Amino acid sequence: MLILECPYCGVKAEETELANGGEAHLKRFGPGSADNDFESYMFARKNPKGVHFERWRHSYGCGKWFLAARCTATLEVFGTYPAQTAEPPADLQAKIKAKRPDWKGY
Amino acid sequence: MSTRLSKGGRLIDRTKPQTFTFNGKSMAGFAGDTLASALLANDQMLVGRSFKYHRPRGIVGSGPEEPNALVNLGTGARFEPNQRTTTTELFSGLTATSQNHWPSLEFDVGVVNNYVARFLPAGFYYKTFIHPRFAWKHVFEPIIRQSAGLGQVPKEADADRYEYAYGFADILVVGGGIAGLQAALAAAKAGARVTVLEQTAHFGGRAPVDGDVIDGKPAEEWVKATVQALSAMENVTVMARTMAVGVYDHGYVLAEEKVADHTPGDGRPKKRMWRLRVGKIITATGAIERPLAFAGNDIPGVMLAAAVRDYVVNHGVSVGDRTVVVTNNDDAYRTAIALKEAGLEVPVILDARAAVSGDLHAKARALGIRVETGKAVVKVKGGKRVTGVAIGAQAGEGSVLEEVACDAVAMSGGWSPVVHLFSHCGGKLNWDEAQAHFRPDANRAPTNQNGEAMVYAAGTANGLLTGDQVLADAVAAADAALGKASGVAAASVTVPAEGAMLPVWIMPQGAGPALKMKMWLDYQNDVKVSDVQLAAREGYTSVEHTKRYTTLGMATDQGKLSNINGLAVLANALHEDIPRVGTTTFRPPYTPVTLGALAGESRGEIFQPLRRSPIHEWHEAHGAYMEPVGLWRRPYCFTRGAESHEASVHREILNTRSNVGLLDASTLGKIIVKGPDAGKFLDMLYTNVMSNLGVGKCRYGLMCSEQGFLSDDGVVVRLSDDTWLCHTTTGGADRIHGWMEDWLQCEWWDWQVYTANVTEQYAQIAVAGPKARQLLEKLGGMDVSKAALPFMAFSEGSLGNIPARVHRISFSGELSYEIAVPASHGLALWERLIEAGQEFGVMPYGTEAMHIMRAEKGFIMIGDETDGTVIPQDLNLGWAISKKKADYLGKRGQERNYLASPDRWKLAGFETLDGSVIEDGAYIPAVGNNPNGQGNTQGRVTSTYHSPTLGKGIAMGLIHGGLGRMGEVVEFTKMDGGRVKARVVDPVFYDKEGARNDV
Amino acid sequence: MKRYSVFAIARQAMSYHQGWERAWRAPEPKKEYDAIIIGAGGHGLATAYYLGKNHGIKNVAIIEKGWLGGGNTGRNTTIIRSNYLQDPSAAIYDKALSLYETLSQDLNYNVMFSPRGLLMLAQTHHEVRGYLRTVHANQLQGVSTEWISPAKVKELVPIMNIDGPRYPVLGALYQKRGGTARHDAVAWGYARACSDMGMDIIQQTEVTGVRTEGGVVRGVETTKGYIGCKKLGIVVAGHSGQVADMAGFRLPLEAVALQALVSEPIKPTIDVVVMANTVHGYMSQSDKGELVIGGGTDSFNNYTQRGSFHHIEETLRALIETFPIISRLKMLRQWGGIVDMTGDRSPLISKTPVGNCFINCGWGTGGFKAIPGSGWAMAELMAKGEPGPLAADFNMWRFREGQFIDESVAAGVAH
Repeated sequence: MLILECPYCGVKAEETELANGGEAHLKRFGPGSADNDFESYMFARKNPKGVHFERWRHSYGCGKWFLAARCTATLEVFGTYPAQTAEPPADLQAKIKAKRPDWKGY
Repeated sequence: MSTRLSKGGRLIDRTKPQTFTFNGKSMAGFAGDTLASALLANDQMLVGRSFKYHRPRGIVGSGPEEPNALVNLGTGARFEPNQRTTTTELFSGLTATSQNHWPSLEFDVGVVNNYVARFLPAGFYYKTFIHPRFAWKHVFEPIIRQSAGLGQVPKEADADRYEYAYGFADILVVGGGIAGLQAALAAAKAGARVTVLEQTAHFGGRAPVDGDVIDGKPAEEWVKATVQALSAMENVTVMARTMAVGVYDHGYVLAEEKVADHTPGDGRPKKRMWRLRVGKIITATGAIERPLAFAGNDIPGVMLAAAVRDYVVNHGVSVGDRTVVVTNNDDAYRTAIALKEAGLEVPVILDARAAVSGDLHAKARALGIRVETGKAVVKVKGGKRVTGVAIGAQAGEGSVLEEVACDAVAMSGGWSPVVHLFSHCGGKLNWDEAQAHFRPDANRAPTNQNGEAMVYAAGTANGLLTGDQVLADAVAAADAALGKASGVAAASVTVPAEGAMLPVWIMPQGAGPALKMKMWLDYQNDVKVSDVQLAAREGYTSVEHTKRYTTLGMATDQGKLSNINGLAVLANALHEDIPRVGTTTFRPPYTPVTLGALAGESRGEIFQPLRRSPIHEWHEAHGAYMEPVGLWRRPYCFTRGAESHEASVHREILNTRSNVGLLDASTLGKIIVKGPDAGKFLDMLYTNVMSNLGVGKCRYGLMCSEQGFLSDDGVVVRLSDDTWLCHTTTGGADRIHGWMEDWLQCEWWDWQVYTANVTEQYAQIAVAGPKARQLLEKLGGMDVSKAALPFMAFSEGSLGNIPARVHRISFSGELSYEIAVPASHGLALWERLIEAGQEFGVMPYGTEAMHIMRAEKGFIMIGDETDGTVIPQDLNLGWAISKKKADYLGKRGQERNYLASPDRWKLAGFETLDGSVIEDGAYIPAVGNNPNGQGNTQGRVTSTYHSPTLGKGIAMGLIHGGLGRMGEVVEFTKMDGGRVKARVVDPVFYDKEGARNDV
Repeated sequence: MKRYSVFAIARQAMSYHQGWERAWRAPEPKKEYDAIIIGAGGHGLATAYYLGKNHGIKNVAIIEKGWLGGGNTGRNTTIIRSNYLQDPSAAIYDKALSLYETLSQDLNYNVMFSPRGLLMLAQTHHEVRGYLRTVHANQLQGVSTEWISPAKVKELVPIMNIDGPRYPVLGALYQKRGGTARHDAVAWGYARACSDMGMDIIQQTEVTGVRTEGGVVRGVETTKGYIGCKKLGIVVAGHSGQVADMAGFRLPLEAVALQALVSEPIKPTIDVVVMANTVHGYMSQSDKGELVIGGGTDSFNNYTQRGSFHHIEETLRALIETFPIISRLKMLRQWGGIVDMTGDRSPLISKTPVGNCFINCGWGTGGFKAIPGSGWAMAELMAKGEPGPLAADFNMWRFREGQFIDESVAAGVAH
């Protein structure tokens, strides 16, 4: 039963208020893109046992989408940040690296 | 025999007698009794039969660890099987019956299994019943099923109700014994918000029974004072009768409170399921005593030593006149002393240890109790009740040195901390050699969302078995959970000096196979030492394999008594260390939880949230047969008198086509999309262009998933220069709104677009039929003429003095207006339309009439023509796909080989040659079989109805080649194996020119 | 191998069962094998078994990180059915069902396959149409299934409330041949038969790397050292992504938690298996008397084998609504498993970008019922190097083409 802090409204949201949207920071490939690229965009997922960057929507709260860094093996949450972020913030990456020295990085 | 003593019993109130029945026999007890103590007070030691061999079973324990004494409780709608007597509070009028026997508890035919037990070792069923093939299902399995199971099946729906409650705390303390109370006090004094849970109705745990002295006073007084102090603090919540059943991730704890369990029918919920969200958890859950494995240790009258003590001290009940105590540790001496002090006989204490010292031993000796060291029970004598024990050397192989007559045996194999809650979220345990038990490893505690330790064990639950250590540890646990020193000093406890325990896994240690086949590990599931050894011999050497092969620890007590003993026997058989063999996984719940309590109040009408249109109540009052559509309920049709649903639907259609019909379309999704970039956004969302839609106009549009599959459709309305209103399907409203927000927030976050889901803010009514205009004109207030309001336009104004937006759109093919009004006016408008429409023959129609009318017109329906694998091109909707746009969601997906293939099945209409209706779901077979031998197919039906308008069956479907095969006759499957011939036709069956709408 | 029978038990009973031999050996790994299977769950063991039985490849090792049968094989709700909608699914699940029917005899191990019948309730009109479509599809596929009325449903399951105020039962898809089997026994039976053929089941040994040369697999690094192989099958369900990563390719998979629970045992009350997909719950009664209950999956990636509790609550609400008499029974134990979900919720039985390296995964929430068929098809793929008809459509390149095997269409369910 996860708790994630919504970076918009500041609510420590209970999992039942949230909807998961899968892996974060995927690059969209549209018309004209290569088959490989489109396939990876649609299906290839890192699916790591460990640090995972993922999308969540505060569906039954403020309605905002946000991103979270979470460990899929321990469910530890390293941080949450706005969806309008192209890649994980540097300070968050540093925090994760400090806690998980083996982490290969984003 | 077991009986009530003339005095004693700290928990019972002798001024409040309670009567109850067991197997129809009337019995008496007192308030404060458990059902188990009351049964014992009435000399009812035999209470059930075991799972496999149907051996007689008596009460063994005094708490949630009890494996045997389970009963059917209550009757009728309050009947409850497998109720544990040791945790059931007695109340007047309670009725209980014993389980798992036929015809009676005393004489059970199933006991035949016991006489052939030798042929039924662990896993015997895997090795036999193999031939003949059909015998398993039809002969052997039914016999096994009938003899397994435990309690009877309830016959009625539950008369009780249950509720959820929510709680929050910085620190949750589980356990109201002295460790829990001390930890709570320390945490609370340090300012934390604290909740304390105690599973029973009484605080204090074992300390008051064991005679601990705290701060110079009896433990009971300290407990009372501490509970009072805690209850008086504003930052503390103290709850009794509340069992923490599971610890889940991120500090989520589930706890079951018994509210009216002991006062059935008083109007309160039977149970309350607490969903607690807490910062840190302190488990002060105590320990459970282990049985000893000696032959005949399952005969009624053999009990845990501490349970024997509990019944004497707490309930004033003696379990026997002569009790032999057998132990490997000092604690059981307390039982001997308590019995002796209550005036009962203890013929001998058999201590497996060669040498014994310590205060308790000295006191027992001083009371004149005979103590035999280095001795074991070789065998318990008796059938349905203990009659004596045969004694031998623990170091021997089972030679009998002496027989002692007795009617009870109190055994203690040491204590195992209750580590369940610590383990549920992955906490790890260490093996403690000295005390022969697993205890929590604070360095490998379960972690929370911040990666910090989340659960701290305190006191006995942490493996500290004496009072002085317990309270110091409780303060330490509180400090650790607080992350700072509470500054609270632990109360001081005076304890007797105790000697070391000796791990004893079987008794006597050199016992041979014949004795081992009589040494029970798991009482309820009938797993013996010999079974675990057999599993090891056969290679089921993982502890999980052994558990599953023998069923050890899989009974309703989940191995609370058997797991450690079984594990030790397995380790010995494998010549491994116990910690290397490891434990099975601890899973919630700690003790079984009522399913109804987990479901809470969500039953019947409110089983799920109910969404009502503003006109819902009118429908219900006017014969609507409702169908669930998502969480809504929509009228499927409105029946009149004895009319069948089909007849109603046909009447509604014919009336709409000839007069005028009303459809409650309020559930349709309505999403406002507004902003400078709204047009650009909608052009990405829809396959066609929406940015160039004129203000005041409507346009039908399609939305696809990024895969390219058609996901929703509806009419888009341009309300103003920068505002569009998107209609979606009923089921799609929330999904599409979420989808829009996803793209706006996560991909095109620099686009200035705002969305609002206003589905429930408006009621929407379709007024359809040739007399629709007359009806609206009668209401008045708006020009609804063809000139003023042409097809695919809308106008805003007021209709019969109700503010309304009237759309000229049609899903039925008739002259049709969809009128949106603020939700609060919905019912008023509907009633006005019904009233004013009487002269035009107005009738409401339901979803099924809507479906059929749209099929007559060849309009697709999301969910019928689409199933998540269909693209717009398949449905001949190419006209609604912009060729000019560089991009829209789904465009790239549709470029993939399989989606762009000319071989895809495409939409066509079908008419059977005989006018019959093609069956729902029918396929169009093709010649031959595929490589897996399955019949080839070339299409399938997607919508099929009897058209009352045309008086024949009509259908739409997908077929290889699509409309290119117009005129061809194909076959559809029938469920009876037959085929029906149908011609491929234009899917627009009615009014192909659209003349009816063009008025 | 000493055969199991009632006579063998009687003989052993005379000597206190001291003479039973190991069900499977505990060998040390050899230097090289003709084939290595990673993962001794049901699918891995079945693959090995049919490699030996159907293709004569017996120099095989099955390497298992934990204990055999300890993953999803030992933690599912044991439902077996084959009335799937799409052709490739119906083919492989029906193959599996027909193998299950004789598996006890085949393995000389009673896997307790019990064709007690399986009902999938239709509780919306949409669901009715979806199941009717399945009936028609199954007819052409040669899969036995039928549509039955609410009255017949009530007759089969007297404890069911078919007139619930919210979702009355409108009928059901009924497969008489469907049912349950004892999950552990399936793994144990295959393991015993594999061991008997001379195959090595190497437990407590983790694969830590996959060695390739020129794009072709050569062997695996393990915690017991390097082991060579000519062919490699990866059959590790929830951990497929990690092992594929070692071999250097990526899979269209995500791992999520699926939960199940059992009630305390009671006397027999429900004979058939019931799945109620509108309200999200399924239930059967085991031979021990426990009600075996399953529901939905979490939506987020998770390797903890612990799920979110609200799913359990939702499932129980649904089932109490469907079976009101169970309200006063108690939940005895709940647990979770890690299921690997593909983009279309259908499995992969496929060649991979690495030569002689094959993958079998992605069974999602429905893998147990497929075990024999999956092993059969995977063995054929590994033996021949090319998929047979059962596996052909389950290749991993279908996602690029958009050629999905989507069981979630209409009212269908992918489990």
